[in-house]
Amino acid sequence: MILVGYIPTPQGEAALAAAIAEAKAHDESVLVLNMSRDDKLVDAHRADSSDLDRLDADLAESGVPHEVRRIEHGTDPADQILDVVDREHPRLLVIGIRHRSAVGKLLLGSTAQRLLLDARCQVLAVKAD
Amino acid sequence: MDNLNHLLDGFVNVLTPLNLLFAFIGVVVGTAVGVLPGIGPAMTVALLLPITFSLDTTQALIMFAGIFYGGMYGGSTTSILLNTPGESSSVVTALEGNKMAKAGRAAQALATAAIGSFVAGTIATALLVLVMPQVVSFAVQLGSPEYFAIILLAFVGASMVLGSSRLRGFAALLVGLSIGIIGIDKVTGQQRMTFGVPQLADGIDIVVVAVGLFAVGEALWVAAHLRRKAGGVIPVGQPWMGKQDWKRSWKPWLRGTALGFPFGAIPAGGAEVPTFLSYVAERKLTKHPEEFGHGAIEGVAGPEAANNASAAGTLVPLLAIGLPTNATAAIILTFLQGRGLEPGPLLIEKEPVLVWTLVASLFVGNTLLLLLNLPMAPLWAKLLQIPRPYLYAGILFFATMGAWAVNGQAFDLYLLLGIGLLGFAVRRFGLPVLPLIIGVILAPIAELHLRRSLQLSHGEVSGLLGGPVAWVCYGIIVLTILWPLIARAIRKARGGKGGPGEGLMAELKDEVAA
Repeated sequence: MILVGYIPTPQGEAALAAAIAEAKAHDESVLVLNMSRDDKLVDAHRADSSDLDRLDADLAESGVPHEVRRIEHGTDPADQILDVVDREHPRLLVIGIRHRSAVGKLLLGSTAQRLLLDARCQVLAVKAD
Repeated sequence: MDNLNHLLDGFVNVLTPLNLLFAFIGVVVGTAVGVLPGIGPAMTVALLLPITFSLDTTQALIMFAGIFYGGMYGGSTTSILLNTPGESSSVVTALEGNKMAKAGRAAQALATAAIGSFVAGTIATALLVLVMPQVVSFAVQLGSPEYFAIILLAFVGASMVLGSSRLRGFAALLVGLSIGIIGIDKVTGQQRMTFGVPQLADGIDIVVVAVGLFAVGEALWVAAHLRRKAGGVIPVGQPWMGKQDWKRSWKPWLRGTALGFPFGAIPAGGAEVPTFLSYVAERKLTKHPEEFGHGAIEGVAGPEAANNASAAGTLVPLLAIGLPTNATAAIILTFLQGRGLEPGPLLIEKEPVLVWTLVASLFVGNTLLLLLNLPMAPLWAKLLQIPRPYLYAGILFFATMGAWAVNGQAFDLYLLLGIGLLGFAVRRFGLPVLPLIIGVILAPIAELHLRRSLQLSHGEVSGLLGGPVAWVCYGIIVLTILWPLIARAIRKARGGKGGPGEGLMAELKDEVAA
């Protein structure tokens, strides 16, 4: 199984595309995960229902067995994804990455860095083109 | 013409770089706290009180006025984009505004709110210039019995009109009055409600009460209800209005102003009642009744104008009589008292420069707010993405620092925590905060006037019925208290059903929901 951390940004879309390609090549299923924090009023990383419906349709069209899951509690996306990795044991975790300044990393931390180092599976890091 | 000259002098004072800077800081902070739900201008002014110890009175007041006006602007953003009102005064805006945003017309809703607020704020501030001197010349003739009657009216009004029930309103008022009389009796020198604690002999500092009630209470409340699903980002775009939107907005703006200003000026007005009334009026007068409930622009334009106009109206009794009609005004009153100024009819005589500079700063602040809000609405919406723990950690830090700064004693910090718990309980049981804070602040003043009138009349209770003003006030009080009975009698006569015990706001809410 391939786990993909999805957010409604170019990075998220790139990660999803890479995950689908990977799943087709190895005949695997895809688990799409979207996480929104519950300590914010508005989370830019939250995917709307319409977004998730579109994902579902796209995946169905590509013929890959899939599941779309939304997590709406917790304050750290990295924690939530690592949790799912531990429970579901995917072969591969696909995430989108982007540049963060040193100060930004200091203040906000880096979800990508934590996932790359701490996930107990292989991680594929994808850049948006 | 004299007033106009004073006002022009005021403008000269405001338009210095430093004062403009404070006006700017005020409106920026005000808009920010207005946007964030749960954090309002009252809490912000309370938190900033200790910081302004070192500031010039005029500059601090200019900043507070900016925060007050800015809060009214900012509240609409959250209402429209999130359906979560940033302030109680923009609850109604959410009804139509959020529907407009969902229909992809967020830009127009934000524009009509911002421009309407500007129009209403400017007209209402001009009205303030016209009305305030009249009220002052009337208020100088008032004696202690009249003042006592007016304050009683404010108590009854604040307790009965707002909130979900009259009982809760009076309960909150009683709590406030009890806190207000702690300390040494100024006439006899006896200690009251101090329980032998020496630190209480001077009474509880209002900064501690306000910060505890608004900041710590809110923080505890949010901590208890922290977990809430996040909303998605609604694309805002640049606020703008088409020709049709202008055509449909300008009348609601003016009607909202006409409703908001007088309601702000009467005790117990506040901004909530006129916004509800404005919504109801617009729904009745609209040419597009089918759009109401699905995003009618009139339903945003009217209430938003009304809440800004009421903000200006609030300043009339505050500056002319020394009577606060909402929580922010109550805390500004505390600030003036702390500076050794006596808010009331004499303020404008003794400190004309201060008063007119403040009024001029309102015009300037209003213009700044329009410039800040119209092009920058998408930026303000970004504030909603701040995680709550960061926000409330900052608030608690300022609250603690403020309570410590008052006297530099640890006792105040325990007190802060105690009042914070009280603030939590008040929210938990649905008691309105306004009667509480007004009770705390006006209790000593009310007592002063009560005892002074009784001394003048040698203890005769009839001395309290000083003159026509007192008669009118007591008349209104009796009517307000008996209103549920009267209303029931009327309903019975009409054959309808009677629901006792509900406040005016509850009835208005029913009307809006219908």
